[in-house]
Amino acid sequence: MLSRVAESIYWLNRYIERAENVARFLEVNLNLILDLPRRVQQQWQPLVATTGDSEYFAQHYGEASAEKVIQFLAFDRNYPNSLISCLQRARENAQSVREVISTEMWQQVNSFYLLIANTAADLTLADLNKFLEEVKQASHLFAGVMDATISHNEGWHFGQVGRLLERADKTSRILDVKYFMLLPSLEDVGTPIDELGWIALLKSTSAYEMYRKRSNRHLITPAEVAEFLILDPDFPRSIRFCLSQVERSLHLITGTPPGAWRNPAERSIGRLRSELEYLTVEEIIERGIHQFLDRLQQEINQLDQEIFTTFLDLRSVVYQSSQTQTQIPIQTQTQSQSTLT
Amino acid sequence: MQFDTYDPEHFYDELFAGPQQPRSQGKSLIEQIQSLPEGELLQRQQAAQEALFKLGATFNVYGDIEGQERVLPFDVIPRIISAQEWRYLEGGLKQRIHALNLFIDDIYHDQKILKDGVIPETLIVSAKGYLPPCQGLNPAKGVWCHITGTDLVRDRDGQWYVLEDNLRCPSGISYVLENRRVMKSTFPQIFRTIPIQPVDEYPSHLLQTLLHLVPQTVDSPTVVVLTPGTYNSAYFEHSFLAQQMGIELVESRDLIVLDGYLQMQTTKGLQRVDVIYRRLDDDFMDPQVFRADSELGIPGLMEVHRAGKVAIANALGTGVADDKVIYAYVPEMIRYYLGEDPILANVPTYLCWEEKQLKHVLANLDKLVVKAANESGGYGMLVGTQATEAERQDFAERIKANPRNYIAQPTLCLSRVPTIVGEEFSGCHVDLRPYILYGQDIYVHPGGLTRVALKKGSLVVNSSQGGGSKDTWVLC
Repeated sequence: MLSRVAESIYWLNRYIERAENVARFLEVNLNLILDLPRRVQQQWQPLVATTGDSEYFAQHYGEASAEKVIQFLAFDRNYPNSLISCLQRARENAQSVREVISTEMWQQVNSFYLLIANTAADLTLADLNKFLEEVKQASHLFAGVMDATISHNEGWHFGQVGRLLERADKTSRILDVKYFMLLPSLEDVGTPIDELGWIALLKSTSAYEMYRKRSNRHLITPAEVAEFLILDPDFPRSIRFCLSQVERSLHLITGTPPGAWRNPAERSIGRLRSELEYLTVEEIIERGIHQFLDRLQQEINQLDQEIFTTFLDLRSVVYQSSQTQTQIPIQTQTQSQSTLT
Repeated sequence: MQFDTYDPEHFYDELFAGPQQPRSQGKSLIEQIQSLPEGELLQRQQAAQEALFKLGATFNVYGDIEGQERVLPFDVIPRIISAQEWRYLEGGLKQRIHALNLFIDDIYHDQKILKDGVIPETLIVSAKGYLPPCQGLNPAKGVWCHITGTDLVRDRDGQWYVLEDNLRCPSGISYVLENRRVMKSTFPQIFRTIPIQPVDEYPSHLLQTLLHLVPQTVDSPTVVVLTPGTYNSAYFEHSFLAQQMGIELVESRDLIVLDGYLQMQTTKGLQRVDVIYRRLDDDFMDPQVFRADSELGIPGLMEVHRAGKVAIANALGTGVADDKVIYAYVPEMIRYYLGEDPILANVPTYLCWEEKQLKHVLANLDKLVVKAANESGGYGMLVGTQATEAERQDFAERIKANPRNYIAQPTLCLSRVPTIVGEEFSGCHVDLRPYILYGQDIYVHPGGLTRVALKKGSLVVNSSQGGGSKDTWVLC
């Protein structure tokens, strides 16, 4: 498969997943705010903080308010991670590989794009909730259509890698919203108000029902919510689940047997996944949840970079080869510091 | 909707010989349309248009941030060509492509036709499409113009003429295939009763034409379609053809010349490319040889091509015969290379570089159509009958300043086909672009693209200027 094609399918899926998660961010904040006592001021600044783009926001919008943050995250065409920008780029990527993806996928990307482009920026609160619901639906529909209409070969796996890396990153950031969210006051920690916050968070990751079902300990405690969203082996939005699927897809692309690695990307993902498999939530809390998530996000970025250099950008390899005038076909396997025996 | 009041007037009508007198090839169609319940035809027209949009047969509009795509307007009343007429066109096109290919090969080798004084050498050297770096090139199997889209028109008396040869990268075939698909679902019962030649084999024939260029030593060849990218107005077609043939659609950034071969970057490393079907102009193909500022090209491609390690369709340099001055000599070429009389006629053409003809052109600007030799798509053109005095003056100056660059032709009165305009049938002018493939032998795809001028009275069929298209039926 052409590297450019693989890259486009990768980003097509990342952008769709990113859009879905932007909707989830807005949703979790809306729900948290509605549950806060009236005496507490609405908090929109923390949401901006989780995007990592506070500076852009301050420059273009000033003080955070509901209207401004919605405009910023959903409809700002100049902000690269807004809903509309994500869909525009998803659509561009889809268009550049239209002969590779299925017609149904192309149509779904198109209607997803139109859903956002045709929505007015001055939504009422009631409309906003419905709109966010539709965005999530459109993303699920895309994933389903892709799953059901194209062969699960290399291209499909690159799509999976893109979607699941993005999801792992965003789940970690949604958890972080709670960290940035200033609690009403210290004595509210562990009170019903605090519990409502965690429930809102679980719901925004579609995790509430599965969390309740996972064991016979039905309590909602911060540690257990963190454990569920970071370390659960089966829940499809948990970070561990996402990363194991990424690893599986990478291995199916290269043919490297499980438990081994033949390129930097496979090595990084293997390490990261196994760390999560053997980590306990107590250890995470000891390190500090925010610090842990921060590092995890960096490692995910690193992995994205390694995937790019391993599969998608062969220019450096090509350059070396033309220097030495070798006739060896350039393949990822030539970087074989393999641990295979 | 009924044809009772339809009047072909004093034009050549493809379906009617006179009011209420359908031509024999159109008779059955007209009867069946007449028998449709009131309002049905308009509904089907609407449905066909929507189906085309859904199929994605669109062209991009440059500079539109919304990424809006347009569909070429489509009219459900087809143009019908009888089997006998088609045999005549087919023969004429084969003859013409055969001679043109011999001409291009001659120009880039011995130039016998120039030495024998049939065509003046200065005309070749000054043609924009003549590429000196192609001198001495030996494209695989001696074929230069693998894919041609010849523009044909028919005058008031029904006589066919060749308007342009389009030997570089003609587009439009995707509309032919998609239009037919939609027509079959719009009028399934008509297709059951009228014997119409199918068009679906085009992608297979095209692939075969491309595979024919691979040396026998190559075991499992890689054939690709090269597109300038998603912003090109014909991107849909590039992507469509790649998909239909099941081959890769590449952009030049996917390609690199390494170790004497053209290679593409895949997730498993580099892979050799054996044949390129390029939809990029000659000038942009290799910045080392042609335009140095081309960002779309592949540096070093020409060298690989010259060494016979990659085939390019169409070959570089074919544009020399697209020059409208050179076009005027095609009948001579046919006589010179094949020793035959041309089957298909050229539109009579006045060459402004010849003094006597120049005088005639300048004296008759109000009756003639003047064209710049190197332009296409309706640009650089003066339609004398419709121009103002000031416009004619301006053109006269331009011609005098550079007579080599201009030709003039009588204003043809293109034939018409009944077309749905508003809620009634109107006679609209059409042209015809059949597609010809030159592989092991020459294949003329049955039918082609019928473009129609949807503005009342307009003679301009270009899609950029309000033209639409129709399905073209060649009867068995």
